[in-house]
Amino acid sequence: MSTLSSVPIDYYLVFCSLLFCLGVIGVLIKRNALVILMSVELMINSINLLLAAFSAYTNDPAGQIFVFFIMVVAAAEVAIGLAIIVLIYRTTGSIDINVLNKLKW
Amino acid sequence: MKMELIVALIPLMPLLGFLVLGAGFRTIPRKITAWVGPGVILASLILALVLFFSNGKNTGPTEYHFFTWISAGELRIPLGFLIDPLSLLMIFVVTGVGFIIHVYSVGYMKDDPGFNRFFAFMNLFVFSMLLLVMGNNYPVMFIGWEGVGLCSYLLIGFWFRNQEYNNAAKKAFIMNRIGDLGFLLGMFLLFTTFHTLDYHGVFSQARSLQPGDSTLLAITLLLFVGAVGKSAQIPLYTWLPDAMAGPTPVSALIHAATMVTAGVYMVARSNILYILSPVTMTIIAVVALATILLAASIAVFQKDIKKILAYSTISQLGYMFLALSVGAFSGAMFHLTTHAFFKALLFLGAGSVIHALGGEQDIRKMGGLRKALPVTWLTFLTGTVAISGIPPLSGFFSKDEILMKTFGSSSLLWLFAWLGALLTAFYMFRMFYLVFGNQFRGTTRPDHPLHESPLTMTLPLIVLAFLSFAGGALNMPGLFGGNQLLEHFLAPVFSRSSPALQGELPISHATEWLLTGITLAGVLLMIFWAWRRYVVKGKGLLTDETRRPFWVRIVAEKYRIDELYDFLLVKPSLWLSRFLHDVVELRIIDRMVNGIGQAAIRTGNLLRYIQTGNVGFYLFVMVLGVILIMFFNILI
Repeated sequence: MSTLSSVPIDYYLVFCSLLFCLGVIGVLIKRNALVILMSVELMINSINLLLAAFSAYTNDPAGQIFVFFIMVVAAAEVAIGLAIIVLIYRTTGSIDINVLNKLKW
Repeated sequence: MKMELIVALIPLMPLLGFLVLGAGFRTIPRKITAWVGPGVILASLILALVLFFSNGKNTGPTEYHFFTWISAGELRIPLGFLIDPLSLLMIFVVTGVGFIIHVYSVGYMKDDPGFNRFFAFMNLFVFSMLLLVMGNNYPVMFIGWEGVGLCSYLLIGFWFRNQEYNNAAKKAFIMNRIGDLGFLLGMFLLFTTFHTLDYHGVFSQARSLQPGDSTLLAITLLLFVGAVGKSAQIPLYTWLPDAMAGPTPVSALIHAATMVTAGVYMVARSNILYILSPVTMTIIAVVALATILLAASIAVFQKDIKKILAYSTISQLGYMFLALSVGAFSGAMFHLTTHAFFKALLFLGAGSVIHALGGEQDIRKMGGLRKALPVTWLTFLTGTVAISGIPPLSGFFSKDEILMKTFGSSSLLWLFAWLGALLTAFYMFRMFYLVFGNQFRGTTRPDHPLHESPLTMTLPLIVLAFLSFAGGALNMPGLFGGNQLLEHFLAPVFSRSSPALQGELPISHATEWLLTGITLAGVLLMIFWAWRRYVVKGKGLLTDETRRPFWVRIVAEKYRIDELYDFLLVKPSLWLSRFLHDVVELRIIDRMVNGIGQAAIRTGNLLRYIQTGNVGFYLFVMVLGVILIMFFNILI
């Protein structure tokens, strides 16, 4: 608790924003579905960190409770996401998302 | 029993009959229908008698409120009944004549596949008619008014497989609708003027108005338009002859005895309003006289036995309106009653003749039926003599009273009414002699020999013949030592309208005797002429009609009024409909609607190329969208 609050809140904000942007850029530029999934995880975790920081900063435990919830949901989401990727690999023999362009006009 | 219950049950009995027969028109056996159909009407008649006799000397109006039907703002329409001498008289006419005709129908419709349906409709009709005459406000009368119109439509088109009959039904319905519009507008105007539609409220407020009030003039004229439609007066009369497409008991009950007299009842009911608008009264007189003469002259040349009676009905309704127009309201109601008797009798007699001949309606193919149909002959003769106005039968007294009252108003009116009476005698005896006189001219099928009708048909004829014979006793004029029962009975209803209506006739007894004598002499002369022409000389069977003089042909072709209406109204409206369909509907509205659809399809065709199928692109657009939303959020 004391370690967390000893760092000013601005640092957390800037760090989390950078982490989030990295995640977004990863989603946009990568073609590997697995890497995209990991980028999404990165975005989620940047938010988690921010929540924990604000929770310590405002002395409100609700933020940390939220983080636990998000972790649980993220775990479930990753399980489904990985399952989809496995299936994509089994059907197309690749996990490149540009292969998945059949559903269009 | 409580009075309220009796009053409520009078119209409810036929409604019950309708519901039972209507619900089970496929399953209920004919034998039960033959009892239920007339039975419920008899029950109403008995209830009406109970009501009449338990009332005793109390002939004052009694109102019965059951529930509030519509309540909106200051408009309050209760479902209530008004029992006074006028409505009692109408209840008796409707249930009495209705019952007799129901009994007759049991015999007449015996072999018809639509037996149950027929009685269901007839019961519904009697219910609507009772509602019409018993209501204590205009909207309730209007429900009945529309109800009888509906039943008329259903029963004219009873044999709906024949397209011509369907057309006749539609014609009657549409023409009535024109009149109904007038009635409806009249009611609206009544409400905006008096802020109520109850008879009591309207009449008590109307009494304080000045005679010749312009609003009242508009109201009475609009209501009269309704009466013109329902009671088949010029210019809305052409539906009635076509309405003869229905079964004969229908013509007797609806198109002679009761429904068509609804207009007369309505004007008599609103007597205060009419007395206060002399202009309307003059218009009614002109319309009535024109109708009397036009319909009577057409009847002289008709060949169809029922059509003759139809035109005769129009003409007799004209007499009732003539009586109303000179303020002889009780005279009109008297003629309404006797007319219900003898015209129902004549129609049922005609039905008996048609029945005997296996559906033949052309009087040129009849003749000499006296021996084959003795009961029909005698009763038909009674009816013919009664309508021609020969004492001591009922028609004489009622028509004589109208002629007297007309003379008291204007001798010119009397002259035309007198001419109409002569024409009546002539065309009635022309028909009578052609049907029953001389030798039989038609052909009978071997499987269907000439035969007198069964007892269920002849018994009603005999009862009606008795009523036509003695109906005059209802209102024997003072001239013949009578005590004018009906007039005194109805006096409370009409005396309120104007003090001018009460008191002795303005003409002396000597003049009355003279006028009666002139009328009687003319009528007898006409009968003699008809006898000479159709029995002695055996004319009236002209097959080559082109050799007739021009004016005769015009009259024989019903003045070509139907063709005129066809040319002026039917054709243009058909043309307009076709124009609206072909041009407005197909070329404008359809194109607009299709254009909207096409536009949606084309836009979709353009926009679908956004769906590239590239996941990266989708993600990019999504992130772009999120950024834009955030950007706009900050901006706003």
